[in-house]
Amino acid sequence: MNAKKRDFDGSEMTGAAMVLQALRDNGVEHIFGYPGGAVLPIYDEIFQQDDIEHVLVRHEQGAGHAAEGYARSTGKAGVVLVTSGPGATNTVTALQDALMDSIPLVCITGQVPTSLIGSDAFQECDTVGITRPCTKHNWLVKSVEELPRVLHEAFRIATTGRPGPVVVDVPKDVQFALGTYCGPQVAEARISYKPKMEADSARIKKAVALMAKAKKPIIYSGGGVINSGDKASKLLRELVKETDFPITSTLMGLGAYPASGKRWLGMLGMHGTYEANMAMHDCDVMINIGARFDDRITGRIDAFSPNSKKIHVDIDPSSINKIVHVDIGVIGDVAHVLEQMLAHWKKEKKKEQAKELKDWHAQIVTWKARNSLAYHSTSEVIMPQHAIERLYEASLRSGKETFVTTEVGQHQMWAAQYFGFEEPNHWMTSGGLGTMGYGFPAAVGVQVAHRDALVIDIAGDASIQMMMQEMSTAVQYNLPVKIFILNNQYMGMVRQWQQLLHGNRLSSSYSEAVPDFVKLAEAYGATGMYCDDPAKLDDALDEMINTEGPVIFDCRVANLANCFPMIPSGKAHNEMLLPDEASDDAIATAIDNKGKALV
Amino acid sequence: MNEAVASPASAYFIVKDNGTPENHTLSVLVDNEPGVLARVIGLFSGRGYNIESLTVTETEHEKHLSRITIVTNGTHSVLEQIRHQLERIVPVHSVTDLTVVAHAKGYEKPLERELAMLKVVATGEKRLEALRLADAFKAQVIDANVTHFIFEVTGRTSKIEQFIAIMAPLGLVEVCRTGVAAMARGPEIE
Repeated sequence: MNAKKRDFDGSEMTGAAMVLQALRDNGVEHIFGYPGGAVLPIYDEIFQQDDIEHVLVRHEQGAGHAAEGYARSTGKAGVVLVTSGPGATNTVTALQDALMDSIPLVCITGQVPTSLIGSDAFQECDTVGITRPCTKHNWLVKSVEELPRVLHEAFRIATTGRPGPVVVDVPKDVQFALGTYCGPQVAEARISYKPKMEADSARIKKAVALMAKAKKPIIYSGGGVINSGDKASKLLRELVKETDFPITSTLMGLGAYPASGKRWLGMLGMHGTYEANMAMHDCDVMINIGARFDDRITGRIDAFSPNSKKIHVDIDPSSINKIVHVDIGVIGDVAHVLEQMLAHWKKEKKKEQAKELKDWHAQIVTWKARNSLAYHSTSEVIMPQHAIERLYEASLRSGKETFVTTEVGQHQMWAAQYFGFEEPNHWMTSGGLGTMGYGFPAAVGVQVAHRDALVIDIAGDASIQMMMQEMSTAVQYNLPVKIFILNNQYMGMVRQWQQLLHGNRLSSSYSEAVPDFVKLAEAYGATGMYCDDPAKLDDALDEMINTEGPVIFDCRVANLANCFPMIPSGKAHNEMLLPDEASDDAIATAIDNKGKALV
Repeated sequence: MNEAVASPASAYFIVKDNGTPENHTLSVLVDNEPGVLARVIGLFSGRGYNIESLTVTETEHEKHLSRITIVTNGTHSVLEQIRHQLERIVPVHSVTDLTVVAHAKGYEKPLERELAMLKVVATGEKRLEALRLADAFKAQVIDANVTHFIFEVTGRTSKIEQFIAIMAPLGLVEVCRTGVAAMARGPEIE
C-alpha cells in the first residue's frame, strides 16, 4: 500500500503518527536524528513504516549539519529529529548555522510531558527559549489538536520567503495523545506571515534604467540566488549574457554562474580575486543579487565601492540598508525579480552600451593579468592550492556528478578559489557562522540525497576532528563520502591571523597529537590513504575516487602556506595583499624563533 | 557619515554610527500567542537596541491580537533596522513608527499617555501640600487613610515625571507606571 497516496485528512491518530504523516504530506523522504526518552513514540512510528528513511547520526549537531547538506543539495527542507534536553541543545550550532546561511531546516525535538514542563525534569530544557534567537520561528506544541497545523506551518515557514531553520518542540504526552489529523491544504495559513515574491515594477524600472546607463557595471551575486532555486541561476546566466556585465559572487553564491563562464571574475571579498575586488571598488553601478554585504565581503565600509550607484535585490527587507546604504532596494524573490528585470531590460537595452563596456572589460583583463591566485609549486612538497586544483581535475576525470562540502579555515578558502563550480547546489559550506565541523556531516547529508554522486568534504586537520564521529554514520549507511584533508598540522587560518596581527605568537594554533588518519579510517571500517608527494598525488586522487565506501585521505601539504590574495583588516578592496607581495618565504621568515620552535 | 574606528588587530572592520539618536514610538500589532513578547524583547537585547518603555496587552480578543507599544532610541539607520527586524518576526502583523507618522502630519510626537500610581506617606502640612498639588495635576485619590494617599495620574510622560519629582519631598514611597500607550492623530488606521 502506498501511504503517500492515501488522504489521512480527518483521520484519528496519535501525535507521534501525525508527525510521520505530516512529514509524508510535506514530501519528506529522509530524516536525520538520534533517539532518546522524549521522542520514543515517534521512533516507534518510524520503526513501523518504510516511506521515510531515518539516518542515525552519532551526535545531534551532526544531524543538523547533515540536514543542511541535504537541504542545500536538493532545494528541499532538511529534517532533524532529536530528543529533549541535550538532544535539543546539541542542535543549536547547526540551527544558528542554518539561520545565518538561510538553509531550510525543520527540527523536531521531543520534550518532557506537559505536566512536567518547568519542574526541572530529567532531560528537560527550555528548548523554545534556547532556540528562539537561532531559528526563523519555533513552537512548543501543548496539545495534539494544534500539532498537524503547526507541523505544516513549520514546513511552510522554513522553505518560503528567506528560508531558515524552525523548531517544533513536542512533549511526550502530546506524542501519545489521540487527535484528528488535518492535511497541509486544510491547515489554515497564518495571515501575519506573507513573504513578498514579486518586486514593485517601479523599482525594477529604476534599476534597469540605471543598468542601461552603466559604463562600469558589476553583478555581485550571493547565496540568495541558490536559495531561490534552479530557475534563478538560469535567469542570472541569462542576465549576464543579455547585459554582458562582469559578475562576481560571494562564497555562498558559487556555482550560480559557472566558473568557466565568459564574464566570471571569481569570488570577491577578503580572499577574493584581485579582479573581482578591483572591479567592485571601481564600478559605477553595482547590482547585488541575493547577497547581504557581509563584513568578509565589504572590507572597510567607508571605502567600499565609493563611486557607484548600488542596486540591492533581497527577499528580506531588513537586509536593505543594513550595512551599506543602497540607491535602489528591490524587495522580492531572486527568480521573480530577475524575470521582471530581464523582461524590462529587453525593452530598455541600448546598443551603444556595448561599445562603452569595451573599456571596462579591457580594464578587467589588465587586473586579471595580475594573476592573483598564482602560487609557487615545488616538487618536494604538495602546495594546498595545487592539491585542490588536482582534486578538481580528478573529479572531472571521474565523470561523476560532484558535490563539495568544506569545513572552515584556509582549506575552505582554497577550495572556493581553486575548485571550479559550474552548477548551483553543488557547493556546501558554512559561510555566515563559520562552523568548523560542518563539512563532514553535511557531506553525509548530501550523499544520502545523491547516492551515486561523488561527494567530497575538503577538510583541514583541525576541523575534521570536530565531527569525526560521523564516520560511523557513513560506514553504517555505506555512504561513500571522501574526506580530503589538507593536513598542515596547524589551525591554518588562526595561525595566519596570528602571523599578521599578533606578532607571530602562535597561541594554541599548532595541532599537537594529530591522529594517524589512515589508522583512524581503518578503525571505523573505512579506507585510509596518505600522500605527501606531488608526483604521486594524481594517482592517489584517482584511487580515492574509485574506492568504494568512505575514505579519509590525509594529504600532507606545505605547513606554512597562507591564503592569498587577502584584504588585510581595515583596508579597502583596492588595497589587497597579493601573493607575490607576501610570498611563502616572506611569511616563513616572518615567524620568529619561538614560532619556529613549534614547527 | 560613518567614521572608521582604528582597529589594527581585529578581523572586523568596525565603524561607528555618528547619526543623531532620537526617541521613536513604535506600535506593533502581534498575534497574542505564547512567546511573542519574548521574541520582541529578545530581538532588542540580542541586537543591542534600546527599550525606553514597553507596554503590551491584548486589544482585540476575538482575533487574539495584542498591541505592543515600544519607545526606543536610535539613529535613523538603527530605527529603520528595528522596524524591519520586527517585521521579520512571524507573529508580527504590522509595525508602525508613530513618530514618523506624527512628523508627516506636522506634529512633534504622536498622542502618548501614561498612567502612574504614587503612594505618598505623610502627615500634617506635607499631607495637605500633597493633596493640593495632586488637585493641580488632576490626580485622583484612589486609596487613603490618615497616614497615606495613593494617587492616580494620567498624562504625557513629561507630566508624570514632573508629578513624581514634585511628590518626592512630600513623602513619596512607591511609584508604579504603565509605560506609554500611543496612537496616531487623525481618522486613519495605522
